[in-house]
Amino acid sequence: MTSKSIPRELLTPGADGRFGEFGGRFVPETLVPACEELEQAFNSAWSDSIFRTELNDLLREYAGRPSILTECHNLGAQLGIRLILKREDLNHTGSHKINSVLGQALLAKRMGKKRIIAETGAGQHGVASATAAALLGLECKVYMGAVDVERQSLNVFRMKLLGSEVEAVNSGSRTLKDAVNEAMRDWVATVESSYYAIGSVMGPHPYPYMVRQFQSVIGQEARQQFKAMCNGDDPDLVVACVGGGSNAMGIFSGFIDADTRLVGVEPAGGAAVGRGVPGVVHGMKSYLMQDEHGQVQEAHSISAGLDYPGVGPEHSYLSSVGRAEYPSVTDDEVIAGFVLLARSEGIIPALECAHAVAWITKEAPKIQGQTVLMNLSGRGDKDVAQMMTILGDSLG
Amino acid sequence: MSSPNRDFGVLETHLRNLRSSSRKILVPYITGGLTGWIDAIRSAAANGADAVEIGIPFSDPVMDGPVIQQASERALRDGATPTSIFHELRSVDVRIPLIVMCYYNTVFRAGHERFANNLLNAGVVAAIIPDLPLEESSDWCAAADKTGIETIMLAAPTAPDARLPRVVARARGFVYAVGLLGVTGERSELATTAISMATRLKKVTDVPVLVGVGVSNAAQAQQACAVADGVIQGASVVRRLLDNGPDAVGHYVAEVRSAIDQPIVVAR
Repeated sequence: MTSKSIPRELLTPGADGRFGEFGGRFVPETLVPACEELEQAFNSAWSDSIFRTELNDLLREYAGRPSILTECHNLGAQLGIRLILKREDLNHTGSHKINSVLGQALLAKRMGKKRIIAETGAGQHGVASATAAALLGLECKVYMGAVDVERQSLNVFRMKLLGSEVEAVNSGSRTLKDAVNEAMRDWVATVESSYYAIGSVMGPHPYPYMVRQFQSVIGQEARQQFKAMCNGDDPDLVVACVGGGSNAMGIFSGFIDADTRLVGVEPAGGAAVGRGVPGVVHGMKSYLMQDEHGQVQEAHSISAGLDYPGVGPEHSYLSSVGRAEYPSVTDDEVIAGFVLLARSEGIIPALECAHAVAWITKEAPKIQGQTVLMNLSGRGDKDVAQMMTILGDSLG
Repeated sequence: MSSPNRDFGVLETHLRNLRSSSRKILVPYITGGLTGWIDAIRSAAANGADAVEIGIPFSDPVMDGPVIQQASERALRDGATPTSIFHELRSVDVRIPLIVMCYYNTVFRAGHERFANNLLNAGVVAAIIPDLPLEESSDWCAAADKTGIETIMLAAPTAPDARLPRVVARARGFVYAVGLLGVTGERSELATTAISMATRLKKVTDVPVLVGVGVSNAAQAQQACAVADGVIQGASVVRRLLDNGPDAVGHYVAEVRSAIDQPIVVAR
């Protein structure tokens, strides 16, 4: 495919909620009016300067935006590339999730909802939701797979400390996809009073579009900051990890029209885009890990935040038209990437982001001399206990 | 109320005839692939069921509560697939219409036309797809209409009045009135929304209206039938199949049958 034939515009889905053939609104009839109401409420809020100002004030004065760019001089020299990080790990609550949650919590209040529901994998979205709920005076219930409750106990305690209720989900694979199922069941029962704050660019329309808009602040800032740092140039590559894909869509959105390779790195055990089979679950049509009968398969990854068998529909679209590429890395490569960034730059990344580090390290021989902008979407504090078990005394 | 200008399928003809003879309609739900499920269908049919809804187990059943989730997980663990369920269904001769309930990815993965043909070949006459709302249903409905499979639409308490006529216009077989805000499962009392939903639907359609989700026992079925043309019994049936086997399903169906055969007069 020549570069001319590849679309370089950011799509705004119409009433059918589609990005190409992907997306849509595959929800129980009970939720259709709620999705329609949300779509109208978001569109109205997003074009309302008072709402936008309120959100921007919170992002600046509460979340700590804009997040900075950091050049990795040591690791860049070692790999033979110029490597620059977008530091979403420095946001309040330690990840990019706060960008979307502040927007959604403000929207919930605007819609007159008193309670928010959230699902979480690694716990980052749950913590961000609990934080926004505490700040804005909302009740909050977070669903988390029992397996993830076990491996992310620090974040579970954080959510409780912030005043949220955390429910361990014991159905199915007991990870992120099952937490989404349980959150949707709650929403079906409480739709009149509750707002479902989905944590990624997934779910029924308008969530994939809305969450991308809330996360697009990452890409907008990064484009300007990168130009200021690099003589007005755009990066050769933008790299981000992909589970549901919100941090990746956030940064990709700023570079869709640039002459930049967009790379979303999936875990080898959760490569929904990599396998390229479309399916429908959690309200959306997108690439989905499933068996021949359409049963959704369990993702397996070292990082709870990427343990998701689906992916946001816009990523499926960007992959299908050739605008973005979605390679995968193994858990072992991720562990090496985690240690590498810590030791070369003094930055401990979230295990999710270590996927991006791992791919860049592997790809380095082919991209010598190029500039790479990586979204460091979260910090690794939450993963330290798990890594201590994995690495043990091997660090010496 | 509007009367549709179209031919009625096997299921809808059957249900309209029952209604004309003043019989309230009883449709038990049984999870396909669960131990004893075929005997449960036979037992239900022999004890007064007017049709049977067979659930194809799915990995992520977002409209189902704990009982049907557990049944689905168990059936999947025992190796149930759409193929195995269709295969076993072909051996069932119960002389009442068979309906399939499945989540949309089961249909989408197979392909619309292929899935509709699979239903036809298994002797199934209608389909309920709870995560395929009106706006997303046109491709499936086209394939189903072509095959003669009746697509049952769900109507929920959250629907504004303006939405209901559009939903019932696309309904074939019957309209599934969702009895409450929530997922499938037994509740101690019939939600007020069950009656209000049936009332709202009866005003806008003469397609048979059956209430399901949260109709949990014979007394609640009787209450719902004061307004609705009939009821679907899900979790209460599946729990008995899980705990006590196929005969318990038959006993329960007989109990509900007997209750709804004795109409109660609603005080106005």
